[in-house]
Amino acid sequence: MAQVDSSGGIGIAVDVDDVVKRYGTLTALHGVSFDIRDGEFFTLLGPSGCGKTTLLRCIAGFEEVSGGAIRLHGEDIARLPPHRRQVNTVFQQYALFPHMDVLANVMFGLLRRGWTRRDATARAREVLALVRLADFAERRPAQLSGGQQQRVALARALAPGPQVLLLDEPLSALDLKLRQAVRVELKQIQRETDIAFVFVTHDQEEALTMSDRIAVMSDGRVQQIGTPREVYEAPVNRFVAGFIGETNLLDVAIRSVDGSRAEVLLPGGRPFACAAAAPVAAGPGHLSVRPERIELVAAGEGDLTATVRDHVYLGTDIQLHARLADDEAVVVRIQNAAGSAIPERGAEIGLKLEAGAARLLTD
Amino acid sequence: MAGVAPPGTGTGSGIYRGNGPRLMLPVWAFIGIFLVLPVLLMAVYSFLTKEFRGGVIWDPTLAAYDKFFLDRGLFGDEPPVIEWTYIGIFWRSIWQAGLATLFCLVIGFPTAWFIATRDVRTRSAWLFLVTIPYWVNLLIRTVSMKFLIRDTGPLNEFLLWTGVVDGPLGLVNTNLAVQIGLFYSYLPFMVLPIYAAVERYDFALSEAAADLYAGAWTTLRLVILPVVRPGIVAGCILVFVPSLGAFLAPDLLGGAKTFMIGSLIEEQFKGAAGNWPFGAAASMILLSIVLGVLLLYARSQAKGAR
Ligand SMILES: Nc1ncnc2c1ncn2[C@@H]1O[C@H](COP(=O)(O)OP(=O)(O)OP(=O)(O)O)[C@@H](O)[C@H]1O
Ligand SMILES: [Mg+2]
Repeated sequence: MAQVDSSGGIGIAVDVDDVVKRYGTLTALHGVSFDIRDGEFFTLLGPSGCGKTTLLRCIAGFEEVSGGAIRLHGEDIARLPPHRRQVNTVFQQYALFPHMDVLANVMFGLLRRGWTRRDATARAREVLALVRLADFAERRPAQLSGGQQQRVALARALAPGPQVLLLDEPLSALDLKLRQAVRVELKQIQRETDIAFVFVTHDQEEALTMSDRIAVMSDGRVQQIGTPREVYEAPVNRFVAGFIGETNLLDVAIRSVDGSRAEVLLPGGRPFACAAAAPVAAGPGHLSVRPERIELVAAGEGDLTATVRDHVYLGTDIQLHARLADDEAVVVRIQNAAGSAIPERGAEIGLKLEAGAARLLTD
Repeated sequence: MAGVAPPGTGTGSGIYRGNGPRLMLPVWAFIGIFLVLPVLLMAVYSFLTKEFRGGVIWDPTLAAYDKFFLDRGLFGDEPPVIEWTYIGIFWRSIWQAGLATLFCLVIGFPTAWFIATRDVRTRSAWLFLVTIPYWVNLLIRTVSMKFLIRDTGPLNEFLLWTGVVDGPLGLVNTNLAVQIGLFYSYLPFMVLPIYAAVERYDFALSEAAADLYAGAWTTLRLVILPVVRPGIVAGCILVFVPSLGAFLAPDLLGGAKTFMIGSLIEEQFKGAAGNWPFGAAASMILLSIVLGVLLLYARSQAKGAR
């Protein structure tokens, strides 16, 4: 459902343009900007208090922005009240109307938009079927399980066919098993409806598995926007590298720079060639290497030498905690395959960094 | 555990809903002694014969109800026609009480809303302000109200002084004065239960309604009012019932023209002119009306919940 916006660009559903939000002296959003395409699953990921909910509430209209513009298919909506924006929200605690049955909940938005009762009923039943709740139309929200309530909230928000659907940690009230099942369902429904989703979470696994693109936020700023693969494999700074997945950040000295490639000296003094996240100059830097991108080799070989401190058994993997000569901690993940040799505590080991997987970061 | 509650629907169901019957014993005893017994006594009295200096003679008769509904002429020997005097008083009382309830609702709901949406720390201060008049006896408050609104009272003096009116309003001894009295007496009974309901109201529901294209009035009508309705109903009952039986406000502020049920009943038990069986019969009729209204409401509730 690609739509043409007023500026002629194709398929920008939401354009968040330098949005600032202040609560008194506290600035919750410091000029946030990004575009969300039609039909895209876009995730806002960040730690607690980084401003995800605030941003979502600004798009929905529950908070007034202190600066900047929010455009919905080209039209600036930043100053419209919530009921005038073609945007619907799935609330974290669902906020289902307790005095109405499921069908009436789903019909609510349709009736407000001027649908006839007959058409609204038909449409509501259709959406309930989509979320697999067709048999629950006559129940009250209090008579449903958490997962069913969550799907009613989704159906209620989807029914009017919003240009964008906002979801604020919609899975956080569900238990782990259900959460994983609903993840798949949610993604499927998003593909079927082809509506742009803005999904808020602080769970990086959720973000990685569901999103087309992720905006990683911290302290009211967007740190990086990219596909799950980009933010995981090519983080732009230490915050992103550390927040998404696990990583080792080694203190290195940058020796020479050639475009986006650099040569650094590793702890222990060996040289290593790697890609830099941003233009760098000679001086101190940080090398980010994922634990699963480090290979175990014999002591004295490879790029680093370390001493094993501890193992953590993870089932499919084994996590090895080791220390370098300068006491820096390094984590290595090795597969728990038949015949994998697990070094003893206190053993000296060599570590080989996968050349393409290490990133040089400066901030 | 004894006294397992029947499987419930909705929230709060399950075994914790019922208390063991033994634990309930003091409650039942209390209700029996202070509620059921007096009502039974009143029911019995309403079927007895009146004594001339107050009190009753144990001689069963329907005379009290006969006197209430039927007019048999001055000497009781004419063919009976319907007696409109008391029915009229009842009707006027119901009308007055209903009106007072409506006024209390119109003012009480926004007041309760205002208080419930204040900062948690200032709420109790606002609630305290609402209940302050209750530290003073109702009689004194009603008399004071009369002093305030009488023709030579501060209200009229002020209005005359500012030139808003050019003669006293003549409020005392009107229905309006009774309304003011009832409103003033029972407003907190409206505010408090609605406050309790609004305080528990989840404002995310209002956001959800706005998100689904409902403007402010639609949200009020379709979401807020239905959700806080138990509080509104409780407030209306708590104002309507005592207003219906009130006698201080009608007596002191209304005078003879606005005679209400409460005064009628009060008279029957005062001094030598009283008629206990008749007073008891009028009370029984009043009680039936109130119970009837409550029953109708409960019925409609049961039907409404699917
Ligand atoms: N109504 C408010 N008044 C004042 N400050 C607020 C208000 N709402 C949020 N904040 C502040 O704005 C910042 C961002 O809050 P926000 O709720 O957007 O965080 P979040 O990223 O959604 O966190 P979480 O993952 O915990 O939900 C926080 O520092 C918070 O304290
Ligand atoms: Mg939040």
